[in-house]
Amino acid sequence: MTIETTTTGVLVLILIMTLVTLATRFGGVFIMSFVRISPRIESFINTMASSVLIAIIVPMAFEGDAGALAALSVTAVAMLVLKKPLPAIAVGVFAAAAVRYLF
Amino acid sequence: MLPISLFVVAFGAAFGLAAVQKGLAPLDTILMSTLVFAGASQFATLDMWGAEVSVIPVMVVVFAINSRHLLMGASLYPMLKDVAPAKRYSLLLVLTDANWAIAAQDYQRGNRNLEVILGGGLVLWLAWIVGTWLGVYFGGLLQNPKNLGLDMVLGCFLLAMALGGKKSPRILVAWALAALASLAAWKWLPANTHVVAGALAGGVVGFFWLEKKPGKETAGETPT
Repeated sequence: MTIETTTTGVLVLILIMTLVTLATRFGGVFIMSFVRISPRIESFINTMASSVLIAIIVPMAFEGDAGALAALSVTAVAMLVLKKPLPAIAVGVFAAAAVRYLF
Repeated sequence: MLPISLFVVAFGAAFGLAAVQKGLAPLDTILMSTLVFAGASQFATLDMWGAEVSVIPVMVVVFAINSRHLLMGASLYPMLKDVAPAKRYSLLLVLTDANWAIAAQDYQRGNRNLEVILGGGLVLWLAWIVGTWLGVYFGGLLQNPKNLGLDMVLGCFLLAMALGGKKSPRILVAWALAALASLAAWKWLPANTHVVAGALAGGVVGFFWLEKKPGKETAGETPT
């Protein structure tokens, strides 16, 4: 099935994208409202939550250039040392800019 | 939220510019950002844009990239279950990576921070619309945000959020497995499945390895 990108066609496509995205925003909570939250399920949810972050970041590091790698490693070290997110992010972004400027 | 908003404006501007270059009308582009509000998936569909667009592939790509929302929403369920449905789903309208990451970390520390989902979400949404608008009309202004490292703001932010949380051996094992699974999925599975694969792998660790509660025997213990 294809849609021509006429004026209405584009609107229909945007609407389809909106509905699909909305389904993902609502779906997780909706499905969970039918699941009985046992300690095991809660433990699953909690480890999954921070694993989402790891699963976004690790391929980003492997895919990225030297600047991306510098940004992520500098942020990681800064965060572990300083334990404050804002400075950690700032030095990470600065590291990316610096590496890309120098190399 | 401010540095993230700046990043979102820049990312939005990049999207706006790319979209008009692909032939989308300025108003359609802004409308898409306003309604869809999911940057990576909007970018991905641009690749599929032309005189005719096949619907099913667009739906699959949008769903795959945004399927991380399913897991993010599920992880918020414990803090949303006592919220009235209307309010609960209104909050979820503006659910996105950054405000979710803050809310999830706060919840781990025992704070139910619904305000950050709503307030942060609205700020990010506006930043995304403003950014798109800037890109559509003044796309040339921000030629190369990469030189300033702006493309890394979100990655650094999410990493800082993860490392700011609890780091028990159980969590570290889950992260290691999540990292391996996401890399494997990124390499061998269809595109855009890596976040879900990695997150579920990490979740499985939590499922079988419960946190030790004082005075209670728990199954699946590993030396800690």
